[in-house]
Parts: sequence; structure tokens; C-alpha cells
Amino acid sequence: MSLHAYLTSTSPASRRQARLGALYRAWRVLRRNPLAMVGLIVVAALVLIAAIGPALVGSPTAQDLVGRLRPPSPDHWLGTDTLGRDILARVVHGTRITLLTVALVAVVVAPVGLAVGTVAGYFGGVVDGVLSRLTDVFLAFPRLILALALVAALGPGIENAVLAIALTAWPAYARVARAETLAIRDSDFIAAARLAGASAPRILWRQVMPLCLSSVIVRLSLDMAGIILTAAGLGFLGLGAQPPAPEWGAMVAAGRRVLLDQWWVATMPGIAIFVVSLGFNLLGDGLRDVLDPKAR
Amino acid sequence: MIAVEALRVTFGGVTAVDDVSFTVARGEAFGLVGESGSGKSTVLRVLSGLLRSWSGRVTIDGEVQRPVRPRSFARVAQMVFQDPYGSLHPRHTVDATLAEPALVQGLDRIDQRVAQALADVGLDGAVRFRYPHQLSGGQRQRVAIARALILEPSLLLLDEPTSALDVSVQAEVLNLLAGLRQSRGLTMVLVSHNLAVVAHMCERLAVMRDGAIVEHLSAADLRAGRAAHPCTRALLGVGTGDGAHRRHGLREHT
Amino acid sequence: MSPLLAPSPLLVIDDLRVTFPTDAGPVEAVRGLSLTMGRERLGIVGESGSGKSMTGRAVMGLVPVPGRVTARRLVFDGIDLTAPGSVARLRGRRMTMVMQDPRYALNPVMTIGSQILEACHIAGLSGRAARERALAMLTAAGLGEPERVFAAYPHQVSGGMGQRAMIAMMLAPGPDLLIADEPTSALDATVQRQVMAVLDGLVRERGMGLILISHDLDLVAEFCDRVLILYAGRVVEECRPGELARARHPYTRGLLAARPRLDRTQALLPVLRRDPAWLHEESPP
Repeated sequence: MSLHAYLTSTSPASRRQARLGALYRAWRVLRRNPLAMVGLIVVAALVLIAAIGPALVGSPTAQDLVGRLRPPSPDHWLGTDTLGRDILARVVHGTRITLLTVALVAVVVAPVGLAVGTVAGYFGGVVDGVLSRLTDVFLAFPRLILALALVAALGPGIENAVLAIALTAWPAYARVARAETLAIRDSDFIAAARLAGASAPRILWRQVMPLCLSSVIVRLSLDMAGIILTAAGLGFLGLGAQPPAPEWGAMVAAGRRVLLDQWWVATMPGIAIFVVSLGFNLLGDGLRDVLDPKAR
Repeated sequence: MIAVEALRVTFGGVTAVDDVSFTVARGEAFGLVGESGSGKSTVLRVLSGLLRSWSGRVTIDGEVQRPVRPRSFARVAQMVFQDPYGSLHPRHTVDATLAEPALVQGLDRIDQRVAQALADVGLDGAVRFRYPHQLSGGQRQRVAIARALILEPSLLLLDEPTSALDVSVQAEVLNLLAGLRQSRGLTMVLVSHNLAVVAHMCERLAVMRDGAIVEHLSAADLRAGRAAHPCTRALLGVGTGDGAHRRHGLREHT
Repeated sequence: MSPLLAPSPLLVIDDLRVTFPTDAGPVEAVRGLSLTMGRERLGIVGESGSGKSMTGRAVMGLVPVPGRVTARRLVFDGIDLTAPGSVARLRGRRMTMVMQDPRYALNPVMTIGSQILEACHIAGLSGRAARERALAMLTAAGLGEPERVFAAYPHQVSGGMGQRAMIAMMLAPGPDLLIADEPTSALDATVQRQVMAVLDGLVRERGMGLILISHDLDLVAEFCDRVLILYAGRVVEECRPGELARARHPYTRGLLAARPRLDRTQALLPVLRRDPAWLHEESPP
């Protein structure tokens, strides 16, 4: 039996085949969307570069004060910065910081938002009132300003930047999850689960969350660009990753002073931020088409 | 099996069910008939324990039931819903849907139970790992019945179980339910707006209107045209000349 | 052939096909359906997936993308419906359609009156004349307080009233052909008959053509002059409503037998066995 026949079988013989088949169908929908594929390639390239790139380029912190501010050349493909550091090496090493930031924020934000939103939506009443107002309070702060205040209070650094971003990002997820939960709370399959004697946590975990997850994933991939930009913004303001760490936002900030004469110093990391943000956005749009249960 | 006395349900000041009383013997099939808004489904939701704010006295399987039911009540009564598209979780395979109640109740031999439940409702093993969107309406409703039966309840509550199905599929599902009732000695409460379906499945029925029972009848009474209340007669289509003409036209063939 | 088909037919459909592309190749929802009708009440009966709704939508030019409609002939009162733009000119003027559920077919943020007025405007009426026509249609549709319904939003009226308003709206332009796709399936049984009786009366009075699409054999038999039974995108049998008892096709007979009946008791209902050969047999003449 060919792999294609195995995956598209209408009578899967095992749980694993059913699950893989569902993934395969989603993949085929995604593949039909060229822009989403571009996004996927960008994100995959980001991961690949973060994994093996640093081994292929030089040190991101090796200074060469004689060869500072050199334009792009065969020796330094993207030129050198104010301390003579190879910008290509710094951009490549910077992928790890970007990916780490994004991953940490996602790991914190998605579960918290999902939990708060589904609990609020499922139980309603007082629980919903308290949790929703709490969400509203966090939503009422401008994201970057709140992050700034937090970092200012906790001290600059990549961990605190992640914490600050996560703290300002979760309410949006709680909102999404709550709206989804409200839509399915009274459906018959939830009633059937209650009739089977399932406890509220079990219903939330087994019935409600799988249906909210797709919206959260879509929201997350669309939000990635914003997270990267916020991280870069904090870096630019000197409140994110600290020198000499090759964080893209901080690199743009460092190139700012020489922007007119040595444009590449600020532009190269800027392009990296732009490409990766765009990649996540395109992928998110594609995932929305794949995962939206209403679109099926 | 069931005794309901002076059941009353109000939603925000509106009385949905008003002083409803009836009894259902063990092994009997009892029908609740009425138009939408008559309160028939509300009564079923009280019996199942899904609806928790009501007053009156409900006895099921010899025990007086409180609004909030213990987990073990799931082994006594189960329910089949009207819409086969909304009653199955869209992201769960048939296997996961059937295994869930057994897992919740901590039953053993879950794999065999699922296989057996599928066989009992006449579904091929090939559908076991399909998702609901890969099933027809009739197959979905069979899965919903299998889910209700996997806990081996003695009471089955049916809320318009065939009104969303094609007539040929309805016949298959009604036959399945009749067969299961016989082989398992199930007690059934069937809610429907379709008198023919209720008369086919049930020995006795009650006609509801505006939250109250207006008439108690046996299926034989109904067939013999002994329905007295205008509401029942309206449901039969007796009130209109067109209806009479229609039944005439269709009685010609047998 | 039916004498009602007399001089010039209102609608001629010859070899209609509606095809949807899927991953597993094209799927035909309608597979070579042909019919000819005059100013009569034609019933189209079938189960889900029989292609009955797609047939109605194909005539109205409302098949959703990516569906493809082809036909050897698709002619409404001498006008070729396959010619570009022709359906759009007829739709809402000489051909109208009543959908299943008034809750979805009516715009929730417009009053019923303004929606009927819009239908009148499309048909070329305006100002006072349009308003009078709208109120007259609401009255004709059996709504006791036409002024109240006119000013109401769809959610403020019951399902039966909404569907009557829908019928009023679709009959306001004075069409020659009305396609009603499951017009009463969302309504209570007793209301169903009332709404159908209103529709029936209006259609007869105006001498227009009606295509009643439904899964309900009883309903169609009650209100139509002719009944077409659809199976898998084709007409398998044509009957007079009074002659359903003498239906020959095993599918029709199976459908009739599968209904639970009040006039006799049966332990089990006869189950319809689908013969794969039905898919390939020729349609009746």
C-alpha cells in the first residue's frame, strides 16, 4: 500500500492512521496556498538556520576595529558593524535569540490564554465576570508601554523581555478561547459528555480545548510577527537582550547612528526582522484556512 | 421505571413546563408529542439531568432524583440527540467518541466494548477510526446511539432522534432502536413532533402544548382515531380539509 | 405525455449536469436531468444528495462555486438560460425562489418591509405603488396585520410568519416561475400546512409555475400536479400524486413503504435497499 493510499484511506485501521490522515488532509489544503507555503519556507529556514547556521559562520562577537563599518564584500557578505563584527554572523546567531523569544512567549501565552478563556466561557456567571474583567484590565494597557514598565522594574534582559511580552499578550488568547467556548458550550456533544458523567475539567480538556486550539494556533502564528517586533522594539530601546548579544532589534539600534553613511549596519538586521515577521504572518493566514472548522 | 409528579420548569419568569405528571413502566416506550415550544424537550432534559433548575418530584429506577445527578446515574439513563451533526465532537474519531464514556466511568476492556457497540448498532468496523465529517447522517446517528448504549443504561431518552434524517434512513434507525429495545429490555422515552413515528415506537404517549400535557393516549387510541384534544387532532392534520384529502390519497396504496 | 405541457412550455431542462471538482475527481450532483413544465405545480422529491436542491439552484443560476452547470438545453419561456447574463436579468423579476429557513434567508438588520420594497424595486415598482404592492402581498400571504409585519425585523416574527413574509417578497415582483426549496421544513407540522396552503392559493390565483422541492413525499403529493422522484441526480420516476400507490420504481416504492404509518402496526419498517443498477438506468420517457 502506498503512503498516499495509507493516508487518504476512508477506513483507517488505527488511531495513528486516522490522526496522520487528518494531518495529511490539512497539509494538502495548506499546500494549495502558495503564500502560506512561502511563509512555511521562511519559518522552516529560520529554524534550520538557528539549528546549524552558527556552526557555518564566524563568531558574532569577534571585533576587528581596523575593519569596522566595511560595506558588503566577498569577505563580509553583509558588511561589518561599528565594532568590525561580521553582520552576517550576528544575524545568523540572532535567529537563535529570536526563535527562543518567540518559543518562550508561545509556551507561556497559549496555555494561560486557553485555560483562562475556556474556564471563563464554560462556567460563565461569576467566574466569567472575574476572569473577563481581569482580561479587560490587561487588554487596556498599550502592549509596548506595559512591557517597558515591566522591564524597567525587573531590569533589562531577554528573560524579562519575554516575561513582559507574555504578560501583555495572553489576554487576546483568552478572548479568542472564550468566544470559541461560548459557541460550543451548549452543543449536544458537550451535553453527551456531561451525561456520561464527565467532570468539568475533563470536558474542558477533552471536548472544549481541542476545538479552541486551532483558533489559538492561528492567532499565535499571526501574533508571532508582533512578538518579534515587540522584542526587537525592546532591544532597540536597550531593554531587551544586552550587548554584545546579537539581538536584531539592538543591532538596528546600534546601526542607527551610522544609518546615512553605512546603511547596511541597520538595514541587514532590519530585513531579517521584516522577512521573518512576514513569513509568520503568511503562514498564519494559511493555517487559518486549514484549521478553521467552519471552513470545512 | 419513571414517575414524574408536578414537574414545573421556569426560565426567567416564563413557565416552560407546568405541572406535568406521568409514569413509564419498566420496558415500556413512552412518547412525548408536541410542536416546538411545547416543553417536550425540556421534560426530557429534566429526566436526563442536563437541566438543573426545576421543581417537582422525579423518580427514576426507584430513586428520587435530585437536580444534580451522581456520576453513576450515567449507567442508568442515556440520551440520543436530534441533530447528528451537532452531537458528535468534530475532532474526535468514532473510536474516541465511543471510548470516552467508558473511560469516564472507569470501565475495563474498552477496546472490546467499542467494537461490540459498533457491531450492536450495525456499523462496520471500518468506520471506527473515521471522523464525523466522513460519515453520513444515518451513520452519525448510529454512532450517537452506540455512545448512549456503551454504558449499558436501562433507560434511553430520545430527543427527535430521526427528524433530521431522510425517511429511508429514519426507517433503519427506528428499526435499530426497536431491536435494541427488545434485546436489552430498554425503557424508552421518545420526544417527537411526528405522531406516526411515536405511534410506531411507543405503547403510550402524552401530547403537550404550552408546557402542559393536554392528553394521555395509547398508540391504539391514536390509530383508532380516539384522539379528543384539538391539539392532537391538529398534529394529525385532521383539522384541515387538505390534510384529510392527503391521507386519503396516500391510503390508496398498501 | 402530460396535457399540461401544452403549447409553449415555461421551462425546459434537457440533460442538466452539475459537477463539483474534488480531490478524488469530479463529483456529479445532478447527472443528466431532463424535465419540461408549463404553468403547473411540479414537485421534485428526493433524499439528501439526490441533487434536488442543485437542480433548483442551477435554474436560478445560483450554484455555488466551484460547481459547474452544463445542459443541452436550459430554456425559460423561450429564453436560453445558459447565455451569459440572461439568468441575472430574469432572477428576482420573472423567476424567484423561496429558501428553507426564513431566519437565514431574510436580512436580520433590515425590516421585512424594506426587504419586500427592494424586491418591488427590482421589478420596476417604486414609491407609493411599491409600498401598496408590498402590503397587499403581505395580506395575501395571510398575515393579519400587514403593517406590523412590514415594520418588523425578521427576529420579531415567528418562523411561520417569516416564511409567509418570504413568500410575499418572492411573489411581489409577479414572477412566472417560483422555485420553493423545502419552504416549510423549518416549520412546525401544523404551521407547514397553513404556509403551504397560502403558497398554493397564490400560485393558483396567478396561474404561475411552481417547482416545489422537498424531501417530504406527503407534502409534495398534497400540493402538486406532478411529482418527479429524484435519485442520485436523475429522475427515476414521474407520478401523478393520486397514483403514487401505483409507483413502479423500487426506489419510490421503498420510500413510500419506509414511512411509519398510523393506519397499521408493523414490528419493523421495510428498509429501502438501494440497487447500484439504479445509477445507470435510463430516465423514464
